[in-house]
Formats: sequence, structure tokens, C-alpha cells
Amino acid sequence: MASSFDVAILGAGPAGAEAAGVAAQLGLSTVVIDEASAAGGQVYRAPAARVPEGDAHHAEGDALRAKLAQSAAVFRAGERVWNIARTSDGVGALYDVATIGARGLETAQARSLIVATGATERFYPRPGWTLPGVIGLAAATILLKSSKVLPGSRVVVAGAGPLLSLVAHLIIEAGGQVAALVDVSPLHEWIRLSPRMAARPDLLARGMAWQFEIARHRVPVYRGYDVTRVLGANSVEAVEIARLDKEGRHRPLMLEADALCLGYGLTPATEVYRLLGARHAYIPERGGWIPELDDAQRTSVPFLYGAGDGAGLLGAAAAPLTGTAAALTAAADLGALEDHRYREKANELRGRLAKASRFGTAMASIARPRPALVKHIDDSTIVCRCEDITAGEIRRAVNEGAENINALKFATRCGMGPCGGRVCGEAAASLMQCHGIDRTRIGQFTARPPLRPISLGDVTRNFEYSDIPLPEPAPA
Amino acid sequence: MDKSSVGNRGCHSLRVVDEHPQTASARGTFSFTFNGQSVNAMDGDTIGAALWASGCKAFRLSPRSGTPRAVFCAMGVCQECVVRVNGKVCTSCNTPAAPGMDVRSFTLFQTDGIKYGLEF
Repeated sequence: MASSFDVAILGAGPAGAEAAGVAAQLGLSTVVIDEASAAGGQVYRAPAARVPEGDAHHAEGDALRAKLAQSAAVFRAGERVWNIARTSDGVGALYDVATIGARGLETAQARSLIVATGATERFYPRPGWTLPGVIGLAAATILLKSSKVLPGSRVVVAGAGPLLSLVAHLIIEAGGQVAALVDVSPLHEWIRLSPRMAARPDLLARGMAWQFEIARHRVPVYRGYDVTRVLGANSVEAVEIARLDKEGRHRPLMLEADALCLGYGLTPATEVYRLLGARHAYIPERGGWIPELDDAQRTSVPFLYGAGDGAGLLGAAAAPLTGTAAALTAAADLGALEDHRYREKANELRGRLAKASRFGTAMASIARPRPALVKHIDDSTIVCRCEDITAGEIRRAVNEGAENINALKFATRCGMGPCGGRVCGEAAASLMQCHGIDRTRIGQFTARPPLRPISLGDVTRNFEYSDIPLPEPAPA
Repeated sequence: MDKSSVGNRGCHSLRVVDEHPQTASARGTFSFTFNGQSVNAMDGDTIGAALWASGCKAFRLSPRSGTPRAVFCAMGVCQECVVRVNGKVCTSCNTPAAPGMDVRSFTLFQTDGIKYGLEF
């Protein structure tokens, strides 16, 4: 089934859902596509089972889902985008979005594309981190909020950023046991952010409440510490941590645990921008590599727009605003919104966006890339989980002359596995950075279809050999 | 929740004990099989969540080192939790479980030669 729209929006999280509503309201035919079965993205992921009286955790997500359902936008849930082709006649553009879902192969065509695919978690490998029982921090929030399942019965929560406290809180609230909270940031790093955090007194108060709750439950908190090793025969049995300091590590500490929630911030998911050839810049305060955007959410590719955390971390509160801005710009570019009305609405947004971003940018700062965290990992540490490529193999390839991440990929297969480099990319680039190569030179993995693993059967479907037109053989 | 009950529950189940008895009982239960073994699940579970809650610590083995893997990112990105359902490979963390589903590990072994599609 192919259909034609004015705007296609990838991702029905806070940015995409809002963009869809705004675009539809401006009279643009709009389709919004998400691989999940319900809108909300990761931050407002719908719970597995309905709680009749409503859950405080899910109030915002429920409101988002209701608003999207009421809009005139077509919502294609449960469809994974695996390829996007762009053609242009010089004046306009046409995007051919190929998806795979329960109904099989689908396509959607649109004159403009808003990418709102969000961010993924940043991981720095440690020996033993591939053991069952080690999950991301965002993963922990999903298991707890969506499935009501604990990561383990005695859980270490470690890494960097605001998700640490949220995960510890969710585990405690669920009646679980947090063995320790291990934060690479010393306390003064958090304190330095407090003026910006005060832009959202409600979130700041909530964060403080979590700290008190963590203290009340006598959870040991290690600030300025990091995980050095994860131990266990076939699953997590213990987590070793040590203090981070310039001179060298202090004596490591062993924590008994059956689960480790580990994550070091969020990083924008840029594969669609890369696939379509948009220019990128490396901005650590925005999460790393982000598409270059003008002040109206336009990328360097005409009729391609970015919104939400996937275009640079600004936080969940700013996401609907960048979504709105992208929809307004798309409408203006398509000639569906007069200039003066566009300016009026865009100016009104600008102030709100600056205010809404203050808290988000503070969180992005504490959850920024920390390439030095892979500097001392043992050569035997698996970096590319898909292909089991070790730090030693990567270091060897760099020593032998791999100067950018694609050269590294060709030499080692790092990034060639099913995850498409989404999990290992940051760690591999950080290892290269530790060797003295600049991040801009390292670059990003070249994006190629399929954007998500897809089976050959899905693509070819059922056909008869007699369907294939065969030319007559040449005369003998 | 007092600590002793946490300890006990930890041995048996990772499911959060619902504070609302009505909603807890409202959630239906069913079962599916993983490599032929029965796994208990609740309405709305993803395959991955049900396996994790049942204490399953290895969904598959990695292709090169043959080490056990399970859910990692829980959002369909890392592909570590992949399983084969009725013959089709999918990420278990975001695939809903259904009664009677035949779920199998999806494991590739790479040794001196290359063996594909061995299941365990």
C-alpha cells in the first residue's frame, strides 16, 4: 500500500506526535510512522498492561496518545522504516519511505520529511559487560515502567546522567533492592548545574526527593566512581567499581549483585540524516554528532527537518516545541503557510524553546560523551557486541593505520553487525580518540539500508519464477 | 515492602508485586514455550520481559565467542535479545508474547568452518 502525503514524520514520541498534530492542523496531509505499537517514544512508552485508575508515570504519555488520535494525522504504528529514497526535480522533493510491519512491506511518499527518531543510550564497555543481567539505564526504565519487571533482585545502578536517579527510584518504588548507585560525576558537577536545573523547579524538586529516598533506603552512593569489571560465570554475580582520578585508580571495591543497570547518557540517533546525506557537526553538549540545523529546524537537505532529541539533546520538554517548529517550517516551505503567519508563530516559539531547553541542556551536559572512560579498558574487553570485536583488535587496527571509523569498520567488522554500529559506535570512536585522532576526522559510520534488520523473505515476499521477465536468449 | 519479602521474591520472580490487587488479578496469565520449555507470561508482556521475569539468563549465544546474551537495550536497537518466533527472527524486547508461541534461540556459531543456524 503506497500513499502520498505532504509531510511524513518518523517517530511518534514527544516531538513527532506534536509535529503531526501541528502539520495536520495547518491542512497538510500527514503521516507519522513509529515502530512501536503505540505513540509516546521511549520517554512516554505505553505500559504493557492497563492500570485502570491511571498511573502518574503514564499521564503525559496518555495525553500525547489521545491528542494524536484526535488529530487528522494518519498514524502508522508497528512499522519499521528500513529505507528512504529521496528524489528531487530541483524545486521540490519526494521521499519514498519503505517500512515493514504486520501487513508486510508498505511505502509512504511525502513531499517533506520530519525526522523525530530520538536518542539512544551511550555505552562504554567494561570487561564482562556482555553478561546477561547487564542492561542499559533506559532499558531499566522500560522494563520497570512498561513491563513491571525488575532488572534483578540486587541491582547496581551505574554510569552517568539523570537516568541514574530515576532508575534507582523506580527500583526502590517497585520494592527492589539497589545495591549501590555509582555515578562518574562528583557532586560538584551536579551542583554547578543547579542554576540551569532551577529552570524547572518541579523536576529539580523531584530529583531532590529521589536523593532523599535513596538515602532513606540506605543505598550506598559512590560519586566519582565507575564500573571497572562485571563478574559472573554465565550472568552477573558481582560488579567491581573504583574511584576515578587522574593519578590512577584507588583500590577497587566489589559489590555483590545479580544485575547491573549501566549507561552514560543519551546520544542522538542520526542514521536517517546520514542516510539522506545531511551535514553533521560534532557537538558534545548536544549529545555528540547531530545534524546541522538552521534556526527553523531545516537540515542541509531541502525539505528534510529535524526535531526532538534526535536532532540534538534538548530534553523532553523542548521536544514538542522543536516538533512544532519543524512542522511550521515544513508548511511554510511547502507554501501552505503565509510568511507573516509563519513568522508570528515561529517567534512565539523561540522564547518558549529557549526556556524549555535550559533544564534539558543541563542534563545533556552531565550526560555528555566521556571518551576517556575507555582509555584503560583491557584489550580483551568486547567493544562490538554483535561481532565480538575486542578493544585490542580495534587498537591494533588504529595502530596499523585506520584513521576514521569506516576504515576501522572495514578492518575489524566493528559496526557491521545487526545493530548497525548503534551500540559500539561511541566506544569505537572513543578508542580512536584516545589514540589522538580528532572526532571530526573519525566521523560516523556510513548509513546504508536496511536501517533495521529485515528478512529477505520480507523484501521479496511471494513470487513465482514465471513473474520474472526473461529476455529471449541471443541466437546461437 | 520490607527487606525480607524482597529477598524471598528475588529468588522466585522479578515481577513487581502490584500494590493494587484488583489490577494485579485483572492481568491475565498464559504460557508459551522457549526452546520447548514452558514459560509463564502475563497479558501485555513482551517475549523478552516474560523470559527475563522467569529468570531466563541466556536467550542466545554470541556468534564469535559463544557467550550468553539476553536483553540489553530493551528498545529494539542492540539486537542482543533476538529470538526466532514461529520461524521468524525478531527482537524479543519489543515483540508481544502470545499464548502457545513457539520461541527458539537464534544462535550462529562461527568456528573454523562456518555453521549456521544451530539452535540450542
